[in-house]
Amino acid sequence: MYKNSMKVEFPNNSDNERFARTVAAAFILELDPTIDQLSEVKTAVSEAVTNAIIHAYEQDEGIVTMEGNICGDVVEFTISDSGVGIPDISRAREPLFTGKPEKEERSGMGFTIMETFMDTLDVQSEVGKGTRIMMSKKLK
Amino acid sequence: MELFLSGKHHTIIVKIYGELDHHAAIGVRESVDRELGRTGARNVAFDLSKVTFMDSSGIGVIMGRYKITKALGGRVIVYGASGDVKRIIEMSGIDSIAVVADSEEAGMREVEANV
Repeated sequence: MYKNSMKVEFPNNSDNERFARTVAAAFILELDPTIDQLSEVKTAVSEAVTNAIIHAYEQDEGIVTMEGNICGDVVEFTISDSGVGIPDISRAREPLFTGKPEKEERSGMGFTIMETFMDTLDVQSEVGKGTRIMMSKKLK
Repeated sequence: MELFLSGKHHTIIVKIYGELDHHAAIGVRESVDRELGRTGARNVAFDLSKVTFMDSSGIGVIMGRYKITKALGGRVIVYGASGDVKRIIEMSGIDSIAVVADSEEAGMREVEANV
């Protein structure tokens, strides 16, 4: 059974959103994904990384970590930060909810897109400690 | 990004090339808002036919321009999306606040019909 893993860490600059989703796409190429699957994974990873970049550290600098694991034909990504955390996860996951309604013009669709484009999504967060988003998708 | 004014319809046409994520969205909204203030246009039309990647940040840009054009008595038109970009637009329900069309002509027809 094919297995692989990877881990990248990068500062919370918005230009690293493209970097992260490009790495994620390259990581799953070995599984020979369809164009649609590739696009779905890139979009879901982009949402998770963007959330971390916008929300986790507010105006401060911080590190966002992306880990990838492939086990057979299932890929799992974990995007984590050591930032402010999410006080109410179920509310944050509601469609159209956004913690930054004015300045950042967020649509509140990030979690909905992650849920739709991946098979599983799990969000763990502790206020003052950080947030960890785990998502997986079967690629066959 | 290519941004030009179509005087006929008091519309700014925004043709976006490449990827529209949170990073790119910052530049797009600044340019569009500056052009709205400078030209006195009231409609904004987003041509997404050359967008190769878009996440929910693109929806945020459209929603933000909707608020501004609404205050000016105008509309937002979105056209040319395909593939996953189109899927995200459909998921967002943005067609309840913006004119979503296949082509610029179709979008403009709808705007004119509702003036």
